[in-house]
Amino acid sequence: MSMFKDAGHLFRFAGLFVLAFLVFLVIRGYVVPKSFGEYGHYRAAAIGEIAAHPVKFAGHQACESCHSDEAGTKAKGKHVTVNCEACHGALAAHVADPTGVVPVKLDTAVLCARCHTATAAKPSGFPQVDPAAHSNGIACETCHNPHSPAIESASAAGGAK
Amino acid sequence: MTGVEGYMYPNEVTLYWSVLIVLYPYITGLVAGAFILASLERVFRVEAVRPTYRLALLTALAFLLVAPLPLQFHLGHPERSPEMYFTPHSTSAMAMFGYVYLWYLMAVLIFEIWLDYRRDIVLLSKSAHGPLRWLYKAMTLGSSNVSERSLHIDERVGWVVTLIGIPSAFLLHGYVGFIFGSLKANPWWSSPLMPVVFIFSAMVSGIAAVMLIYMAVTKLRREAIDMHCVDTIAMYMFYIFVIDFSLEMLDLVHRVYEADESFRSLDFMVHTKLFFSQIVLQIFLGTLLPLILLFVVQIVKLPEIVRKRIYVFSSCMILISVFAMRWNVVIGGQLFSKSFLGYTTYKVALVTREGLLVAAGLTILPLFILWALLKLLPPWPEKGLHAPAAAD
Amino acid sequence: MNISRRKLLILLPAAALAWEHVLAGTPETAPNYAMSEHWWGLLIDISKCIGCGNCVRACQTENDVPDGYFRTWVERYHRSDWHLESPQVISPDGGKEGFPSVAPDPDGEYFYVPKMCNHCADSPCTQVCPVGATFISPDGVVLVDQTYCLGCAYCVQACPYGCRYIHPTKHVADKCTLCYHRITKGLTTACCEACPTGARQLADLKNPNDPIHAFLRTHKVQVLKPQMATGAKVFYNDLDGSVR
Repeated sequence: MSMFKDAGHLFRFAGLFVLAFLVFLVIRGYVVPKSFGEYGHYRAAAIGEIAAHPVKFAGHQACESCHSDEAGTKAKGKHVTVNCEACHGALAAHVADPTGVVPVKLDTAVLCARCHTATAAKPSGFPQVDPAAHSNGIACETCHNPHSPAIESASAAGGAK
Repeated sequence: MTGVEGYMYPNEVTLYWSVLIVLYPYITGLVAGAFILASLERVFRVEAVRPTYRLALLTALAFLLVAPLPLQFHLGHPERSPEMYFTPHSTSAMAMFGYVYLWYLMAVLIFEIWLDYRRDIVLLSKSAHGPLRWLYKAMTLGSSNVSERSLHIDERVGWVVTLIGIPSAFLLHGYVGFIFGSLKANPWWSSPLMPVVFIFSAMVSGIAAVMLIYMAVTKLRREAIDMHCVDTIAMYMFYIFVIDFSLEMLDLVHRVYEADESFRSLDFMVHTKLFFSQIVLQIFLGTLLPLILLFVVQIVKLPEIVRKRIYVFSSCMILISVFAMRWNVVIGGQLFSKSFLGYTTYKVALVTREGLLVAAGLTILPLFILWALLKLLPPWPEKGLHAPAAAD
Repeated sequence: MNISRRKLLILLPAAALAWEHVLAGTPETAPNYAMSEHWWGLLIDISKCIGCGNCVRACQTENDVPDGYFRTWVERYHRSDWHLESPQVISPDGGKEGFPSVAPDPDGEYFYVPKMCNHCADSPCTQVCPVGATFISPDGVVLVDQTYCLGCAYCVQACPYGCRYIHPTKHVADKCTLCYHRITKGLTTACCEACPTGARQLADLKNPNDPIHAFLRTHKVQVLKPQMATGAKVFYNDLDGSVR
């Protein structure tokens, strides 16, 4: 015990540490979010918060539940893999309020060219044209039904190539 | 895209770690280096460097107090930084570093300074006036025991603290190296050598800083510089620098020899974007030149005035070189694309939160803190205690 | 389009009901979604990608991605002959408005590579986060808790694929969430929904009926940077060796 006689100051120093540690533990108890650690080293409530973000694209099932005609046409044609909103844009707002939010009519000259402008970088089997040479500026839907773009007979093709 | 050559992944074009992240390992490196110099005397009984012992500890403290500031200026949400202490992620080197920093600050540096200064603090708590008196009284933790036995206990405990402090200093700065060295995504950083290179370059920079500060403060006090002291410091600095240079050359030779998929891209970057900062500043002016000068001092007997000039010049070059090394690691690691197909540019801002002005301010701030510490805890008690009016 | 008024009177309330169901909030409250039943991944078929940029635009719309930053992007590669080490790669504005046309090159080939977060099972980004703000959910999606993130950018540095960034106004880490808010409601991701050729397909690796299993049995697939051993869950069909 005599070795501790002149070491009182060291115990005070250590005491400060212990006090600071206890204060830290108390603060930590209040500050750390309640759901932290439920599934792993993160705030479990974050998962729910992220899942609650608003949806902007309705998804083709929602479109097809009302627009079964167009869906049927599309299902038989080459655009079967093209979902409605791939061309029509995000329309969850329209599904939530069908008469209030009306989708804008699309400009086929710009829209179709995005996918179908010819370039060596696209897969070779993919239908691609030079838009200027192909249609001389005529709107694409003059000859092609966007929901089923294949042209049935040569006579229906009009002035196009 | 402006400033981009070749191809960068779109999100890589901006640099996310700025000059402040260059400053942070630089500052912690100075801390580790200063502490190693102090431990030379305390643990390894190199009596010659005793005049710098307390100065080295105070220098380490001044820089350690500033070290978190570049990080706070850099964080997107600095107000959330306590999360690193409340929910540290055990797999994250950065989180573990938060605790290493705290351990080093409290249990090593402040503890050791307090133990070494305790007698002076007790005496100052009795002789000082005004608010300073209360500060000293608080620092005594209410104990005014300065008996021989208590001081002897302080000395023994202090020795143990320094002993633990040496690996703690290595841990402090080695962790910073590991923060970079453990990232497999970045081939410029990923290397087991990274923590080791960081530690040794830190030691050199810290020793150079303390030597410079000692020479400057001694001149300001109009005292004579203890040449035996600075000669010994310069000798240790030289040998540690040789080891540091060898390690960096080993890294270089290894990269050139193995020439893995990243090599061509990194080699081009070093020869173009990093030519000035790495080849000119870090290697030639900052390493080879001081090494040659310090080597000459070791083998040729030179007059005192020449040695002093060489030490000051070399120390300045070393401080610049080690900063350049941190720059080349941090900024260099973000200048090339992880696709190895392109490069971007670092657009350094001047007056923004992470700009050069803030960086310059944070580099100078520790010197002001050190000045205050030197007033509060004079390393040379003969002036401080017997003439109370001087302790202002 | 021509829907009879009678049809509309029936369809509208039905759609509204369905929509309420779709918009239900959290996965815990969304009926039929249990995290433990899913392990999400994605399949990207290079042979089908036409570089239209629909996915990049759709992602930006769905997730309010800031300009100049990308949760997904498309690269166009040009590999000359046997020079796998030095392809020419471009990604103008992430491929958002498509790519300029090129003439065929007899000595080389061009192809498009969509990129995104790989939702790695052993992700280096979640490993380095100092506070646990980024994590992999029990159903295999790497997410960022943006109310907890410090914005230190360590995760951005740790990602080998360059898919993360610091949000310019929120000052926190941001990246692809695999449209977690959609897939937990039975929808597919925005990028998969918008892809006109089916080059991108969401995959639930834990679902034995998911078409990805049949695909993986019959095709040769790769992941990006396999040497990093990140456990990436975005699989590429027809990926060339020059792709970085």
